Amino acid sequence: MATRPDTAALPSKGGAAPGRPPGSPAPTDQEKRRRAKLSRRWQRDMRWSPYAFVAPFFLLFLAFGLFPLIYTGWASLHQVELTAPTDMNWVGLKNYTRIFDDEFFWNAAKNTLTIGIISTVPQLLMAMGIAHILNYKLRASTFYRVAMLAPYATSIAAASLVFVLLFGRDYGMINWALDFVGIDPVDWQGEKWPSQFAVSTIIIWRWTGYNALIYLAAMQAIPQDLYESAALDGASRWRQFLHVTLPSLRPTILFTVVVSTIGASQVFGEPLLFDANKGASGGAEHQFQTLGLYLYEQGWVNQHLGRASAIAWTMFAILIVVGIINQLISRRLRASS
Amino acid sequence: MRARTLPLSRQRSGGGKPIARKALAIAAVVSLGTGLLAGCADDGGDDDSGSSSGGEGKTTITLGLFGTMGFKEAGLYAEYEKLNPDIKIAENVVERNENYYPALVNHLTTNSGLMDVQAIEVANIAEVVGTQADKFTDMSKVEGVKKDGWLPWKWEQATAKSGQTIGLGTDVGPMAICYRKDLFEKAGLPTDREEVGKLWAGDWKKFIETGEKYKKKAGKDTFFMDSPGGLINAVLSSEEQKFYDASGEVIYKTNPAVKDAFDLTAEAAEKGLVQSQTQFQPAWDTTIANSKFATIACPPWMLGTIKGKSKPDSAGKWDVAVAPKSGNWGGSFLGVPKSGKNVEEAQKLVAWLTAPEQQAKLFKVQGSFPSAPAAYESAEVTGAKNEMTGDSPIGEIFSEAAKQIPVQVIGPKDQIIQQGLTDNGVILVTKGKSVEEAWETATKTIDNNLDK
Repeated sequence: MATRPDTAALPSKGGAAPGRPPGSPAPTDQEKRRRAKLSRRWQRDMRWSPYAFVAPFFLLFLAFGLFPLIYTGWASLHQVELTAPTDMNWVGLKNYTRIFDDEFFWNAAKNTLTIGIISTVPQLLMAMGIAHILNYKLRASTFYRVAMLAPYATSIAAASLVFVLLFGRDYGMINWALDFVGIDPVDWQGEKWPSQFAVSTIIIWRWTGYNALIYLAAMQAIPQDLYESAALDGASRWRQFLHVTLPSLRPTILFTVVVSTIGASQVFGEPLLFDANKGASGGAEHQFQTLGLYLYEQGWVNQHLGRASAIAWTMFAILIVVGIINQLISRRLRASS
Repeated sequence: MRARTLPLSRQRSGGGKPIARKALAIAAVVSLGTGLLAGCADDGGDDDSGSSSGGEGKTTITLGLFGTMGFKEAGLYAEYEKLNPDIKIAENVVERNENYYPALVNHLTTNSGLMDVQAIEVANIAEVVGTQADKFTDMSKVEGVKKDGWLPWKWEQATAKSGQTIGLGTDVGPMAICYRKDLFEKAGLPTDREEVGKLWAGDWKKFIETGEKYKKKAGKDTFFMDSPGGLINAVLSSEEQKFYDASGEVIYKTNPAVKDAFDLTAEAAEKGLVQSQTQFQPAWDTTIANSKFATIACPPWMLGTIKGKSKPDSAGKWDVAVAPKSGNWGGSFLGVPKSGKNVEEAQKLVAWLTAPEQQAKLFKVQGSFPSAPAAYESAEVTGAKNEMTGDSPIGEIFSEAAKQIPVQVIGPKDQIIQQGLTDNGVILVTKGKSVEEAWETATKTIDNNLDK
């Protein structure tokens, strides 16, 4: 750290050599000691103050991140009820082993996966298309960009409630529109695939603009000469998109895929608020209950903190596996580029 | 992407006015920051009021409530403050019990952050009595409080096995059947409340039979009843035992009364007598506005809901008849936690608020039905009328129902079990699933939810 350029400024502040004319007399002992002390202080400062600056984050992380994480792990080995959280009964790994034949957990895991796919894939494709269009010279482009981000700035609760009304079976606008085309009303909340589709719609609506802006930023960083030379070689716009834009966006695409995967594995607010019964069971037959929602149901509705903790840690483990797979794929992609 | 794009984007990044932008950013940060701080300060203020005493030597008593319990609206705080000049009363209201109760449990288990008085909903009272009784003072020992001042079952619900009564009852929800006179007339059924009551007196099966008669004439435009959840709730409320036996064991799967209630509701669903709706959801609200059903299980407070959701031309078209069997739906208690700073004053306040005179006043303003039988003789109750039901003497009908409510065994997880039977059970029958499938989905869900 002492070799960093910003340290060079220090001596002049401390009144040391550089400012002094070359022929000046040698410093006295006292002066030397003073300087040595100062320099030690600077060194210590340089050495430790960065830690002091990052400390607040890590202290907060310790208190609100690491400690709860470990405590959750500890609680997951016990039978704990919300009504008496200090009253813990050791049950070993029972909360984990029961997950293997907990059909509600695996149902939630499947739903999380399917909702994740239904929401993420169209979302990223649409974001790419929108970014491509916004990258052209447009009138009022700032307006479009802000408008794209508006759903992201809307609260999930407000948005979900509006979507519940839109997707209502009896008085919803979407069924009303379908009726015009001659399609029978769909029970958007009661049936499995329609409900998952509807929940995914909320997620897509909310996150497409955000991803589009990230893609747009990356697209604007692509050097123009690449397109010019491609054009000279006779590449059509579509070819340019395929062979110039996409390869240049590869790291950005990876980033959005990773972030969306994490987001999809934690989906919670949308299915909670989409439920017609206002419960946390994700529909009458748990048809759109995600893992996050199941965790919440066990912990806060059913008050089984031990079980909920075990579910949380299992989700964590699943996420790590997904993360490793992501890493492997991205490494291969990088190697092939 | 074209050559034009690049200069444009460059221009954009350098084109703004830096000072204005910086000012905007600072303003944004400041406003967000103060917002956060203000949020903290609000919480702090609430906590402070939980323990502080009023400025001029006055004692401040704080109440933690949920929903609209109406003490303030009925002017009861002002009246009490006038009677006791040294007392100041402050309330802290959480709108929904779903949000209020988990916080209350957290505060009770950690024994901190509690108000001087805490309200408890009847759905949670068994759990609080069973697990948190030692955090509450015994209200039965308070001066002027007498057990027989309350409906016996109401008193029992808040009393632990040790004999300690952790809270005093405020209101109850004696259930009757509210019905649409105009729709009944169209369907060729009697409209007089005495005769309507006789149609199904004593037996819920007769209620379903009436529904079939209704459906034959009324056709497909309207349903006989609002929802499967409302029906199963009404049937179960009139049983002495539903989900728990007297020793505290869960018996919901083996109790024939529960299976009968489930099957009866499922039958009504299969026959298309109930709407495929969940109560208190926007779509259900709309069916009230559109007059889509003829009957609803109806405690006094439900008339308020109906009034709130109806179109003006529905006023006076409803009437109230006695239910096949009486049951209770809703109601609350007020308890005084031991950790409060003003325990004695708080107990006095609770005893006063739950006394018959105050309950009667509350009924007049808020429609919360008294849990103290002495109030049933008061002019406020006997003379009660409701806009939706015209001249019907609703006070008398509900008083009669309240006296017939059985002492029901309630358990800590009643809510979870009933929610399972309703939201993961009978509602499925209205969507075309078989009764067996619905029962299986419901019981599997409930068993998983109960399993610690």
